[in-house]
Amino acid sequence: MAEFRHKDIIALRDLTGEEIGLLLSTAESMREINSRDIKKVPTLRGKTIINLFYEASTRTRTSFEIAGKRLSADTVNISTSTSSSTKGETLADTALNLLAMKPDIIVMRHAVSGSHYFLSKYLPNCSIINAGDGAHEHPSQGLLDMLTMKDKFGRLDGLKVAIVGDITHSRVARSNIQGLTKMGSAIYLAGPPTMMPPGVERLGNVTVCNSMKEAIQDADVVMMLRIQQERQGKTLMPNAREYSRYFGLNPDNLKLAKPGAMVMHPGPINRGVEMSSYVVDGDQSHILKQVENGVAVRMSMLYHVCGGELE
Amino acid sequence: MNLLIKGGRVIDPSQKLDDVCDVLIENGLVKEIGKGLKAPAGTDTVNAAGKYVVPGLIDMHVHLRDPGLEYKEDIVSGTRAAAAGGFTSVCCMPNTKPCIDNKAVVSYIISKAKNEGFCNVFPVGNITYGMNGERMAEMGELKESGCVAVSDDGKPVCNSELMMRSLQYARGIGIMVISHAEELSLAGTGVMNEGFTSTELGLKGIPRVAEDIATARDIMLAEYTGSPIHVAHVSTKGAVRIIREAKARGVKVTCETAPHYFTLTDDAVRGYNTAAKMNPPLREADDVAAVKEGLKDGTIDCIATDHAPHNIDEKDVEFNEALNGIIGLETSLPLSLKLVEEGVLSLNQLIEKMSCNPSKILDLQRGTLKTGSVADVTLIDPSIEWTVEKEKLASKSKNSPFLGWKLKGKACATILAGKTVCPA
Amino acid sequence: MADNQTTLLDAAGINRSLIRIAHEILERNKGIADVVMIGIRSGGAFLADGIAQQIDCIEGGAVQVGAVDITLYRDDVSGHLPHHPVGRTDIPFSLEGKRVVLVDDVLFTGRTIRAAMDALMDFGRPQCIQLAVLIDRGHRELPIRADFVGRNVPTSLKENVKVVFNDRHQPTEVVLEK
Repeated sequence: MAEFRHKDIIALRDLTGEEIGLLLSTAESMREINSRDIKKVPTLRGKTIINLFYEASTRTRTSFEIAGKRLSADTVNISTSTSSSTKGETLADTALNLLAMKPDIIVMRHAVSGSHYFLSKYLPNCSIINAGDGAHEHPSQGLLDMLTMKDKFGRLDGLKVAIVGDITHSRVARSNIQGLTKMGSAIYLAGPPTMMPPGVERLGNVTVCNSMKEAIQDADVVMMLRIQQERQGKTLMPNAREYSRYFGLNPDNLKLAKPGAMVMHPGPINRGVEMSSYVVDGDQSHILKQVENGVAVRMSMLYHVCGGELE
Repeated sequence: MNLLIKGGRVIDPSQKLDDVCDVLIENGLVKEIGKGLKAPAGTDTVNAAGKYVVPGLIDMHVHLRDPGLEYKEDIVSGTRAAAAGGFTSVCCMPNTKPCIDNKAVVSYIISKAKNEGFCNVFPVGNITYGMNGERMAEMGELKESGCVAVSDDGKPVCNSELMMRSLQYARGIGIMVISHAEELSLAGTGVMNEGFTSTELGLKGIPRVAEDIATARDIMLAEYTGSPIHVAHVSTKGAVRIIREAKARGVKVTCETAPHYFTLTDDAVRGYNTAAKMNPPLREADDVAAVKEGLKDGTIDCIATDHAPHNIDEKDVEFNEALNGIIGLETSLPLSLKLVEEGVLSLNQLIEKMSCNPSKILDLQRGTLKTGSVADVTLIDPSIEWTVEKEKLASKSKNSPFLGWKLKGKACATILAGKTVCPA
Repeated sequence: MADNQTTLLDAAGINRSLIRIAHEILERNKGIADVVMIGIRSGGAFLADGIAQQIDCIEGGAVQVGAVDITLYRDDVSGHLPHHPVGRTDIPFSLEGKRVVLVDDVLFTGRTIRAAMDALMDFGRPQCIQLAVLIDRGHRELPIRADFVGRNVPTSLKENVKVVFNDRHQPTEVVLEK
C-alpha cells in the first residue's frame, strides 16, 4: 500500500512511481468535492498556506488558492516581481520572516532553479510545494497532465507522449519526463535544435526526434509547449512565423498521431504559433480538462504534505 | 635572517637537485646547500627530517580584494592564508575597488604587504583603464611601480582590436599579458557548465566553446603580434588542445590551471551547491582528464588557485544569485600533491608548476634555491593527514567546496627571506 | 485462522442479522418512502449494498444507495504522516428531506460516525439520520448510538473486531482479535 512520506513536494524526480500514483488517485477523490454544491471539506481547517509567487501567474496561483480554500485552510497570497537579493530582501530573509508567522505550507514559484531546496534549509518545520522553479520542475503541472492522460486512457504505462517546443527552458517538460518515465510511458521530444538541451535523452525514457512529424507519429498524447517570444528574442529562432510552420500543431499534422490522440498544452497558448485555433478549440483538445484537474491535483498535494509530523 | 634547515629532502628543479641535505640561509639569502652543514652560533635550526624542502611556492593568480572589498579578504588575511598554504609569493589580480590601473594603488598594495603581510605580493595591473575594456591602462607606469603583469581578469577584453593593441603595447613595455579567455556572448547568463547536469538541474549552461573560442582568439593575436601571452584558469579539453598545438608551432604562450579543475567535475554542483560555482565553471570528466594530461605533457605550465574569497551573504543565496569563485590558497598543495600520488606528475614537475615556472614566466626572481637567491623556502610534510575545517582557515571567507574533505600533505613551515612566517 | 482470532459470526449468521436489520429499517420508517442508504467506506458501503438488496426482496422496491468516504473529515488528520488514503465519496442524489440510514460495519468510539454526519451535512439537510451497524463493540467516546444493531459484542480496548469481505464485497465472517 503506497504511503506518502515527504514533507515537501519539490520535484517529481524525488518521488517514486507509487507515490505519484497515490497523489493521482487521491486527486480523483478530491475531484468529486469540486462538483458538489458545497465545495468544502474540513481537512486542513486551521492550517495556514502561504502562496509566495516571485513570478507572475494568475492560473497556477488561483488554482492553488482555491485548492487550499476547498480544504478549509487559510490561504494568503504574496506576489513579488523582484527576487534578486540586490534589489530587496533576500529570499532567505523573506522566508524567515514568514516563518515567524508559523505557516504550515508554503507554495512558491521562483525564477531560479533549486530555490525550494535552498528554502527548505531555512524552513525545516514547514512544508514546501514547488509551483515552478526556473527551468527545473513544475510538479503540480506534471501531475495534472498525467491525471488528464489517466482519465482518458485508464492507465499511464505504455503511452507514447510527444512533447514539442522549447524543451531547454521548460520545467513542464522536465516534470512530465520524470513522472511519465516513472509510470512506464515513453516520451518523444521535438523542437528547434537551439531549444533542445544537451543530454536530455538521459533524463528518462526519452527519445529526441529529428522532426515534429517523427515525434507525433502514432502518439497517444501530443503536448505542445508555449514559445516564449520574450525569452527567445532573436537568437533561438528566426521568428514566430517560421516556428509555426515547422513546429506548430494544426489539423493536418495532428492526423499523424493515433486517431483520437489527446492534445494538451500547459497554457497560456499563443494561438497560431504553437497551435492553430482549430486544434485549440477542436474536440481532441483536453486543455480545459487540464485546468479542471489542476485544482484536484493541488488539493491532493496539499493534503498529503500537510498537517502531520513524519513518523 | 639566518636559518639552518637540516636533513630535509631538498627538491630544486632549477638546479636539478633532489637529495637529502641541509640548506643554510644567511641574511635572508641562500648561503649554501650541502650535507652536514654547520651553522654559525646563534643560528636557528629547523629539523626537516622526513619533509620536502622546496623553493617557496608561488600562486600567480589570487584575488586579495584589497583595496575596496575588504569584507571578503584583505592583504593581511589573504597573505596569512597564503603562508598557511605554503606560499611565499602571490600575484594579486586587479579587480579591486579602485582597480589597479594607477601607481597609487600599486604602491599601496606593495607597502601594505611589506609592512603587514605574510608573503610577497606582486601586483598584476589592469590591461584597460578602469577595467572598462575601452582604453589601455598606463602599462608603463604600472610596470615601473611594481606590476609584474597586466590582466583584466574577471572579464575578458571583448574588443579584438583592443586586445591586439594591448598585446603589442605590452610587448613594447616588456610586461606579460594574462588573458581571461571568455566569449561573453556565448557565456551569456549561464551559471554552470552546459551539459547533462545543467539540463537535469534546469540551470542555464555555459558551453565549453565559450572558453575555447576566446583562448584561440587570444593565442592567435599573440601569435600574429609576436607577443608572449599567459592564459589564466584553463579548464576545457578544447583549450588544452589549442594551447598544445600553439606551443608546437612556437607561439610564446604559457598557461595555468587551478586545483579544482583537476579535482572536481560539474557533478559537484548537484544539490544546487553554490560552493561549487565559479567562472570558468567546473567541467566534465573528459575535461578533467585533458587538464591532467596537459599538466603531464607540459602544455600547462603552472598551478594557480584563482583564490576568490566571497562573503557568506554572497554565497548563501539562490544559485543564480551566488557570486562566482572559491578560495583555494589553503587547499592547493594537498590537492596538487595528489597528482604526484596518481602518477600524473613527478614531485619535481609539481614543484616546477608551483614555484619555478610562475617565477620564470613573470620574472619574479624566485622559484629557486640557488646560492645567492632570496631564501623563500617552503617545508612540506607530505604524509600528514588533516581535515579542512572552516574555523581553522586563515582566509576571511570560507567559500570552498573542499570543506570537510580529508586531505594528505600540508606545508609545515613557510619561510620568507629566511624568516619563518608560518607557523607564526 | 491465527491463534489469537475467534469467529464471532459466520456468513450465514451475518446474513440473518442483515435480514433482520432490513426488516427493522422498514418497520421504523414505515416502508421505503424517502429512505436512502449511505454506507461508510469501505465495510459500511459493502453492507449498505447488501441491506438494500434485502429491502428490495422484502418490500419489492429499491432504495437509493450512496457511499461516503470520511478520510477528509477525520479529527486526527493533524496526527502523523503518512496520511490515510482518500477514497471516493459517491452520493449521486440530494439528501434534502431524506430519511438517511447511515451504515457502518463496526461501531466503536463513534468518531467515524461523527465524521460521516459532518460529510453528509454538505449534501443537503436530511429529514433524519439513523444508524445501522453490524457490530457494536462498545467504548463510545462521543454521545452516539446505533438505531439498528446486528450483534452487541463487549470487548476490551486491547481487542479488535473486524468484518471480513470477499472479492465480491460480500461479508464472510466477523473476527475478534486479541
